[in-house]
Amino acid sequence: MSQEERTAWIMLAVAPVGYAVYLYLVLRAVGPDGLAAVDYRPALLWTVGGAIVVSIVLNIVSRMFDGGRAVKDQRDRDISRLGEYIGQSFVVIGGVAGLILAMLRLDPFWIANAIYLCFVLSALLGSIAKIGFYRGSFHP
Amino acid sequence: MTKLTNSIRALRFAQGEMTQAELADKVGVTRQTIIAIEQGKYSPTLEMAFQIARVFRVKLEDVFQYPNEGGPG
Repeated sequence: MSQEERTAWIMLAVAPVGYAVYLYLVLRAVGPDGLAAVDYRPALLWTVGGAIVVSIVLNIVSRMFDGGRAVKDQRDRDISRLGEYIGQSFVVIGGVAGLILAMLRLDPFWIANAIYLCFVLSALLGSIAKIGFYRGSFHP
Repeated sequence: MTKLTNSIRALRFAQGEMTQAELADKVGVTRQTIIAIEQGKYSPTLEMAFQIARVFRVKLEDVFQYPNEGGPG
């Protein structure tokens, strides 16, 4: 397995776990004023920051097991580019959802969470696409 | 599915049983990429195809084949 495929697997694992931790922290803090009253910001910042740190550490560890080789060739670049392209569809959906929610004057809680959810889905979809290209056929 | 086929495996064995890792090192790609090309799971760029042919010191058509609709070709 190439390092780039390993990176895709790491992202596929870290993104949903980070989001699950976020959901747990937010849902645990729900009080009598409802979900939108929860101060989601610390949980969001910590889980996003934590996911970034964990994925960097896992990438470093997996690279150490690979003997420190970090060869990235044309196939890796092509798969990475197409995977990112596919995943970014959800970034656009998140942006549009945020715009619509803002125009509807909804609480910032819902706007932030809609965008965050789409970021997570973008990471998941992009990773699944990359792994699919690595495991299956890829003819650019 | 691509119609592109290749003779990399045969050429490797014809050249003293060159390993996939050795070929990958000479071309400057990962072994996984050589495996994917050999299995027809990845169509290399034109530049990479020429590099592979150059390693075997053969013409491009001796490494990669793209048959016509009506028959071999």
